Amino acid sequence: MTLELMADDQSMLQGEQGPAVTAAMKILVAFSNAIGARKLLDIAGAHIDGCLYHGKAGLDFVERLVEGGGRVKVPTTLNVGSFDLIHPGMMKMPPSQEAPARRLMKAHLELGCQATFTCAPYQTRFRPRFGQQIAWGESNAIVFANSVIGARTNRYGDFIDLCCAMTGRAPAWGLHLSENRRGQVLFELVDPDPEPRDALFVGVGLIIGQASGDRIPVISGLPRPRDEDQLKALGAAAATTGAVALFHAGGITPEANTLEEAFHGMAPEEVIRITRADLDDALTRLSSVADGAPLAAVSLGTPHFSHDEWMRLLPLLRKVAPGRGIPIYVNTGRATLTRLQDEGVLAGMEVFGLIPVADTCTYVTAILERLDGVVMTNSGKWAHYAPGNIGVSVAFGDMTDCIRSAAAGHVVRGAR
Amino acid sequence: MSEQDRRARDRIGIFQLAGEAQGSALVLSQALSFWGGVDAETGDIIDHSLAELGGNVAGQILVMASGRGSSSSSSVLAEAIRKGTAPAGIILERPDPILAVGAIVAEFLYDISMPLVVCDISGIVSGDRIAIGVGEGAQAIVSLT
Repeated sequence: MTLELMADDQSMLQGEQGPAVTAAMKILVAFSNAIGARKLLDIAGAHIDGCLYHGKAGLDFVERLVEGGGRVKVPTTLNVGSFDLIHPGMMKMPPSQEAPARRLMKAHLELGCQATFTCAPYQTRFRPRFGQQIAWGESNAIVFANSVIGARTNRYGDFIDLCCAMTGRAPAWGLHLSENRRGQVLFELVDPDPEPRDALFVGVGLIIGQASGDRIPVISGLPRPRDEDQLKALGAAAATTGAVALFHAGGITPEANTLEEAFHGMAPEEVIRITRADLDDALTRLSSVADGAPLAAVSLGTPHFSHDEWMRLLPLLRKVAPGRGIPIYVNTGRATLTRLQDEGVLAGMEVFGLIPVADTCTYVTAILERLDGVVMTNSGKWAHYAPGNIGVSVAFGDMTDCIRSAAAGHVVRGAR
Repeated sequence: MSEQDRRARDRIGIFQLAGEAQGSALVLSQALSFWGGVDAETGDIIDHSLAELGGNVAGQILVMASGRGSSSSSSVLAEAIRKGTAPAGIILERPDPILAVGAIVAEFLYDISMPLVVCDISGIVSGDRIAIGVGEGAQAIVSLT
């Protein structure tokens, strides 16, 4: 099987467009061969998940492209970095780590990427449209773009997303192609709760991620979500417990107006029932502590809080008025934060413990004041990864439970 | 064919990144995400949801059905290859693009080839001695020695 290259691809490969483009095209070709793609296609945009400092390799790669005079060829957004450039005083990072973390973020800007620094690029003005071919990194962004918007990307990882951006090309394989977007496994919600509770979407995400493997899940019986943030939470959870890059939800997502459309008229390969007990079990496993455990902090906004989520949080904070000084970290994109500041709605909220975090996320870097206690979150993704990444104990609950717990000083769930 | 004969036979696989390696098999019961799952400084497995928590991947032939989770795993794998804490080779049942990228970029930057092979993994158990070699037509040859 050979990879068919167009004249412009050959020109990039042979060094006619500078050394950085040549390096990017060489890697793109090696990757295309590794996955068995036959040709490349044009992309309309890229989202780069290369700004988190995981060590020298990531920085070496970007510096090599900067030295080679590289510039991205398509509009390109950046995922979170390891450093909050908006609130640098909050970082608890030694200078030996701060310098390369900052340099990695800046080097990407030198390549012409946009300073979005968010894991939710679909909440920015660079949101793609239905049917557009894109090359995105960051697992929650990938599943959102494919499932909720109907744009087309594979699960691109660090480096390769940037190679696509530098060349404006991506391998024509996987979810870029219509025939590969067919649903394969049907998840039937049994006796679904008609009320679209946040935890339901997280629980469904955790279960379909675990059980889908590399097959595309289709969900039936899902209540109509209150907003797209619930689908964001579902996708993020599914991409945490599994490799889900696309899900369909019957009557809800754009390629699943009917179940028949989601399955491209074919029968599901497997049907899996999800009961209320399954959901309770999946959600219970997210928490490593029992109700009543003393609380050190709350962390919301994984993936980054949308403006809508802020508009639900701020009245809740004023109503519950937590006064114990327990920090409530809220991760969000810098564009969302700027909008909130322009609206003046964050004024005075610090008395409730509110600490907005931009450009990064509390579970990937050194921000939390205390790592020895329990942190409560409404994010399935945060609850899954934080114990391994930063060593905290976690309690999962919906946003209201999180804020009420901050007010009580210990984990409270189900209180209304 | 007895289980022993079947195990003794070489397995033919496809390289996602070509190379040669030998080592002891570390077979994971579930897919591992390198990001959030492996400490690139040490090679330690830090994913609390895995039975192999506390194990170490450095110098082993890592065997698992597929990759999983975050797209940041490419960077963590490349960094582990640079630091010498990566597996000597990885064998998967299904191709994984994210691990392939990490291996390709590490080779581009540092000239270190960590073979990434897709082949049948049934019957391989942790502790088996495994050799990955390059066969005719650039096939991957996986031998239990």
